[in-house]
Amino acid sequence: MTTTDKSGQRTWLQDMKRPKRGVPEGLWLRCDGCGATVFRNQVEENLNICSECDHHFYVPTASRIQQLLDLDSFEEWYADLRPVDPLKFADRIAYSERLVQEQKRTGMTEACTVGRGYMRGRPLVFGMTDSSFIMGSMGSVVGEKLCRAVEQATEKSLPLIIVSGSGGGARMHEGIISLMQMGKVSAALARFRKAGGLFISVLTNPTMGGVAASFASLGDVVIAEPNALVGFAGPRVVQATCKIDLPDGFQTSEFLLKHGFVDRIVHRAQMRTELARIIDYCVH
Amino acid sequence: MAAGTWHLAVTYFWPDSSQFESYSAIVLIMANQHQLPFEKPIYELEAQLSKLEAEPDPTPVVQESIRRMRVELTQMTRERYENLDPWDTVQVSRHPERPQTSDYIELVFDEFVELHGDKSFGDDRAIVTGFAKLDGHKVMLVGHQKGRTLKERNECLFGCAHPEGYRKAMSKMEMASRFGIPIICLIDTPGAYPGVGAEERGQAYNIAVNLRDMSTLEVPIVCVVIGEGGSGGALGIGIGDHIAVLQHAYYSVISPEGCAGILWKHNKHADKAARALRFTSKDLVELGVVDEVVSEPLGGAHRNHRQMAMTLKATLAEALQSLDGLPKEELLDRRYERFRKIGVFEEEAVV
Repeated sequence: MTTTDKSGQRTWLQDMKRPKRGVPEGLWLRCDGCGATVFRNQVEENLNICSECDHHFYVPTASRIQQLLDLDSFEEWYADLRPVDPLKFADRIAYSERLVQEQKRTGMTEACTVGRGYMRGRPLVFGMTDSSFIMGSMGSVVGEKLCRAVEQATEKSLPLIIVSGSGGGARMHEGIISLMQMGKVSAALARFRKAGGLFISVLTNPTMGGVAASFASLGDVVIAEPNALVGFAGPRVVQATCKIDLPDGFQTSEFLLKHGFVDRIVHRAQMRTELARIIDYCVH
Repeated sequence: MAAGTWHLAVTYFWPDSSQFESYSAIVLIMANQHQLPFEKPIYELEAQLSKLEAEPDPTPVVQESIRRMRVELTQMTRERYENLDPWDTVQVSRHPERPQTSDYIELVFDEFVELHGDKSFGDDRAIVTGFAKLDGHKVMLVGHQKGRTLKERNECLFGCAHPEGYRKAMSKMEMASRFGIPIICLIDTPGAYPGVGAEERGQAYNIAVNLRDMSTLEVPIVCVVIGEGGSGGALGIGIGDHIAVLQHAYYSVISPEGCAGILWKHNKHADKAARALRFTSKDLVELGVVDEVVSEPLGGAHRNHRQMAMTLKATLAEALQSLDGLPKEELLDRRYERFRKIGVFEEEAVV
């Protein structure tokens, strides 16, 4: 909404009407899927799914771990890795400043959490990226944590599950170093694969760019949550390049399933069961 | 015509290069048509110089000033190119007359046997693959091709490859690995193609597979960024044992325009993004991402294709020689470590 009054100024009324970006605060939530206004509590009790239309809302790291792993079974690894600012990067604000802000806002030190846990009694190495921290983009810390997690899974012969939620791909604030993380994690996965490890990649909304173009696509089995945005180039970039209207459902989980890049689309309520079942097929 | 001057320069550097003189001169005429803003004083001085040189019967005074002007021209060019702003570097790396993979195929390799197609969907013209001979040594050549004529550019999509391009590259490299042929990758792309078809055919998946599988190829891989190293599209053929970058090329996580559009909210700030991203050859060495900077001829590779090609040839030969004969395990461990160690972070001491 960019409506303004005659003087070009935004009026207080329009400011009030303006929808908040991201997940709004407060008692009520407006569903991005059906537009219905729903109780926040109700949604949270329902695995962050809209009771009206089954829209899958964003899930913070702690809740995701709770949803997928056995109660209190998760042991976090490498929690003391901290991001730094290797390029002394500054756009409108300095990257070092942005990091502090994001850490304060989210209560996390970085976008990625890895560790060991149990899924219905099955031991595994678990990693995830959280799209709330600088769009879940992959910088040095995310790359390093994932890489170490993959190496640990190789060493301990454990199955590996990585849940991706990264709208940003490789983190541009760390420049070329971020890009190289794609190669680094993929190379670790190559070794894991050669050692006979099982890697299940779970794609959640959104998984884009450099994350999609590295570990997230490399699962032996690739599972996606319904209607997640998954792709390489952002839809706006694609539209600007092709200058055509994008097809309906472009870059959604369903689009990827149709074109053969996702094995299964799994509702969040069934995710743990489905993952455990796949592990049972491959791990003896 | 300024081309005359450079014609002389080419002859000076490469006395045995008579067969290439006309070629270089043509390239220079074309280069003159695409003047970059910061090159303007250089071209002005060149124009003055060639006017003097054109005099049928130069007096000693004129000859003296020609001599002085040549010295000044060299100095000025060197000075300009030594102090390029990162945004200028981007312009140089995108110069329409900058040598491309097809030029290096002509000038660096003795033979090229192109192999088309990914045997799955089609033949992407944005990535060229095939057997080649470098000083008699067999190699597999993989390179982005941007295209020079309008027709060629439309076919190659300015070097923006589709999934089939990455698949083609991977299948040829995999074959090379089986037959023990070293691989050379020439990187020159603004990025992988962002289109509907590319997404439908799995752009992300195919790049990811290349990253994973290139790390396990059992032959030496030498990668050189010859122009633009645009993000995942570049990295998709960029996993190797020795990674070099030409002096005025760049290698970045995102195009400066794309970065400016996201962080500065408008791509008119691309110059600021270019400075912030630290992607010039000098930065890349400092950050430990590339192993070597290949110096370019005075005034950039677009001014002297042949000299650039000779330098590149020496670089490739040297890199391949240094990797030759390494046991497979050692080669793969070194490649793994090469990427494994990249990353800057803090870690509290583990007790």
